[in-house]
Amino acid sequence: MVTLDHYVMLSALLFATGTIGVFLRRSVITMLLSIEVMLNAVNLAFVAFGRSIGSADGQVMMFFVVTVAAAEAAVGLALVIALFRHRETLNPDMFTSLKW
Amino acid sequence: MGTELLLFYLFGAVALGASLLVVLGRNPMHSVLMLIVSFAALAGLYITLDSPFAAVIQIIIYAGAIMVLFLFVVMLLNAHKEDALVAAGAPMGAKPLYAGAGLAVVLAAELVWALVRAPQGSGGPMSGGASPDAAALESVRGLGQLLFTDYGFAFEVTSILIIVAMVGAVVLAKREL
Amino acid sequence: MLRFIPLLPFIGFLINLSLGRRLAKTASGAVACLAMFGAFVVSAWSVWTLVQMPPDSRGIVDQIAPWVESGALSIPFTLRLDPLGALMVLVVTGIGFLIHLYSTAYMHEERDSEYARYFSYLNLFASFMLVLVLGANFPVMFVGWEGVGLCSYLLIGFWFSKKSASDAGKKAFIVNRIGDFGFLLGMFIVWVQFGTLDFQGVAHAAGQLPVEAVFGTLSMATLLLFVGATGKSAQIPLYVWLPDAMEGPTPVSALIHAATMVTAGVYMIGRNAVLFSHAPETLAVVAGIGVATALMAGTIGLVQNDIKRVLAYSTVSQLGLMFVAMGVGAFAAGIFHLYTHAFFKALLFLGSGAVIHALAGEQDIRRMGGLRRELPVTYWTFLIGSLAIAGVPLLSGFFSKDEILWKAFSGGHYVVWAVAVVASLLTATYMFRLVFLTFHGERAEPRAADSSDDGRAVAPHDAHGGGAHDAHGVAAGGHHGESDGGTHLHDAPPAMAAALILLAIGSIVAGYIGVPTVIGGSNRIEAFLEPSFAVPGIEIDAAKLGSNHADARPDQASGDGHAAESPSPVAGENHAAEGQRSAAHAVEGQEPATHAASAQDHQTELTLMAFSSGIALAGIGLAAYFWLRRRDLTDRIAAAFSGLHRLLLNKYFVDQAYDAAIVQPIYRASERGLWTVVDTGMIDGTVNAVGRSVAGWSSALRLLQTGSIRAYALSMFVGVVVILGYYVWR
Repeated sequence: MVTLDHYVMLSALLFATGTIGVFLRRSVITMLLSIEVMLNAVNLAFVAFGRSIGSADGQVMMFFVVTVAAAEAAVGLALVIALFRHRETLNPDMFTSLKW
Repeated sequence: MGTELLLFYLFGAVALGASLLVVLGRNPMHSVLMLIVSFAALAGLYITLDSPFAAVIQIIIYAGAIMVLFLFVVMLLNAHKEDALVAAGAPMGAKPLYAGAGLAVVLAAELVWALVRAPQGSGGPMSGGASPDAAALESVRGLGQLLFTDYGFAFEVTSILIIVAMVGAVVLAKREL
Repeated sequence: MLRFIPLLPFIGFLINLSLGRRLAKTASGAVACLAMFGAFVVSAWSVWTLVQMPPDSRGIVDQIAPWVESGALSIPFTLRLDPLGALMVLVVTGIGFLIHLYSTAYMHEERDSEYARYFSYLNLFASFMLVLVLGANFPVMFVGWEGVGLCSYLLIGFWFSKKSASDAGKKAFIVNRIGDFGFLLGMFIVWVQFGTLDFQGVAHAAGQLPVEAVFGTLSMATLLLFVGATGKSAQIPLYVWLPDAMEGPTPVSALIHAATMVTAGVYMIGRNAVLFSHAPETLAVVAGIGVATALMAGTIGLVQNDIKRVLAYSTVSQLGLMFVAMGVGAFAAGIFHLYTHAFFKALLFLGSGAVIHALAGEQDIRRMGGLRRELPVTYWTFLIGSLAIAGVPLLSGFFSKDEILWKAFSGGHYVVWAVAVVASLLTATYMFRLVFLTFHGERAEPRAADSSDDGRAVAPHDAHGGGAHDAHGVAAGGHHGESDGGTHLHDAPPAMAAALILLAIGSIVAGYIGVPTVIGGSNRIEAFLEPSFAVPGIEIDAAKLGSNHADARPDQASGDGHAAESPSPVAGENHAAEGQRSAAHAVEGQEPATHAASAQDHQTELTLMAFSSGIALAGIGLAAYFWLRRRDLTDRIAAAFSGLHRLLLNKYFVDQAYDAAIVQPIYRASERGLWTVVDTGMIDGTVNAVGRSVAGWSSALRLLQTGSIRAYALSMFVGVVVILGYYVWR
């Protein structure tokens, strides 16, 4: 039968996947997408834990996470647009002027 | 029971696979679409977890709003054209990125291992309406009650957060201030 | 009530310090003089009160405030007036007042602010000197001691824009400090030994101890105190600052370096007479150094060409004589000479100031001459002063100097006596050389060959103002319009003349309070001062060691059922009143000199008196011969003994020796050692190293800031993994 472990393991794998995406992709948008993946993994874990202790708190947390993710996505994409207007590229490695 | 397990593996595989495709896909447009698929699978997982509300939220907000936003931006910026997987011209070279990716794998392994090592099988059966709170869990009413009483403050703050984000997004994306 | 004595000048100081710039000169001068006069009045009244008291308990105490209360150490800020202090305080305030008066005219060409500054320092000096003299314990005296050192520095370097003046000020202060260090060490030993720093307490405790036969603790303490005295009173080896101190204004030289500050060392020994008399080793050192200094300074003074320098060396020499007196145990005689010396030395300095003033800054006596016709008041007063210092009979100096010589002789210190006699001869000689060269003859032309001079004597000092005067000191306008051709010189203005005349009168009559019994006087000064040198408290028990106790006092019909004994110059007379001189001096050297006893002694004393008078006249005669009649002879002798002449002119090269042996090594050690290695190297190095290391670290650390967000994400992630791993591992 399905135990909490299964869900948590799945969540971990999803999280790792998202992290790989953050590091390996060359486009800011795709990076943001990977971050969304990570957030989802976390959501899954929350809900799973909530269910395992039998309270609705997990869902409430997931609710908040989703809200924040939405806000973050909005702002992030606005930034992407602004950056794109500046440099015509979506490669995060081109925006390194804030360095030593 | 068997169906549970089957459903779990089904949805789990889809989610994982879609996520991998999100990460490894070349075309950003494809990535977005794959992400939507992943969300759908996750929604299914939520349902198996007796959290229909969460599933619905997932679909409506995440897949319905956020992803659409992403699509908009991708289209706007014409980003659906291609870019290589790994940035060759990264200022710090490609090695650290590989290292990062490797680390991610390490992390996953860590977490899995932590779980395996746990003394007793944590958590009982995840599905089945045997638990007395199943009704509470599933009920939107119950959820609402929790949200507006115990987590009322967080709720209000979150609404402010959304406003701020909205204003921020508008400001950031304007052509001239 | 005693506190007003130093307080009034201190208030004068404050007023001139704060408001001086805005006050007119008349006002500043008036404030200062009034303060001094007020102090004099209070002093006189206090002394009057004092002499109303019975002789063996003459003391007025004023405990102003507790100062240091720390465990066993209790030092209250207390002033005490006793006979010794009474004499000193009258000298300081009285002569101080006259000098203030004189200064109002002498310093008149200064700017208002400088004028006020001068008087503020002068008042401050007086205040500190009075604290020194009235202090009832070592620390309070030390406050005054240091304070007068400070004021000496300020006043010597009054025209600080002139390098030689500021250098002289520094030299004075530093040399003084060396002495002060000795004083402090002596004070510490006293504290450790006796547990008290109060003079009465120390004397009482010391009185219980036996006289030290060998060099012991008491000798050490007193020797160190004496080191302080050599610094302050310009004896070997710390006298070198006094001649340089002549860079200061002449009234300053008169007040500080003739009448008051330099006498502080002598006073200090007198104040601690009991202590010193228990340390005969030290007393021997004191007498030895005193007489050596007297001789040495006398020889140097013989060839100096700057009028003030001659007087400076004369001061050193006379101080040496005072120390001789202290060293042979004749404390009263020493103080007596201090008192008469104050009069005539101040007079001589002020007189020289009048000469300098009249000649618009000229100080080289070789360029003077014939001034007796043009400056009559100055001449006559100066002459009186010179006669006094030479020890011509009937003037004050005769009585005091003769007393010292007699005490030395009768105490068995024949060598000391002999050298002192030679020094006296030199005194008479060089003083009258000064008189003849300055006032007699014709105005001399500047000599062609001045090769053997040390530069100091030649350059005329600016007697007035810090402005740029040319080398011959012809003031640029605003002066009494003199040139070296001297058509019309004017004598001292009224303020200066008044001071001169009063001091001259004092030089004549001041000695009459100390006429020795052998010629019919009553030597009241000695009797008056005696209680100050005795162990306080009546010691009826004479069996308790020591000859030197106030044993005789209760039973002795102390003849001085005094009449109004006031040592003020005008009043002291030799009453024909019997008043036998107290036979047993409270603290006498080795032998109790009972003069009244044998006619033999009388004979000896009279003979010696005649002898020293003869010496004085001989000295004058020598000077007359060489510098009145046959000046060319002096040149020939100088040329013949040119090496000796140069040695004397350059003050035995002592300054150069000190410079080479002490100053230069310290300087080099400081420059190469302390400055380069410690300060620049270690301290700066450490501080800079800290700065550099921070800079180094930061330039390494800033490389983390690559600007690439992925790098940041990576670092965050690494952290996450590590932390998580840590918790998972546990």
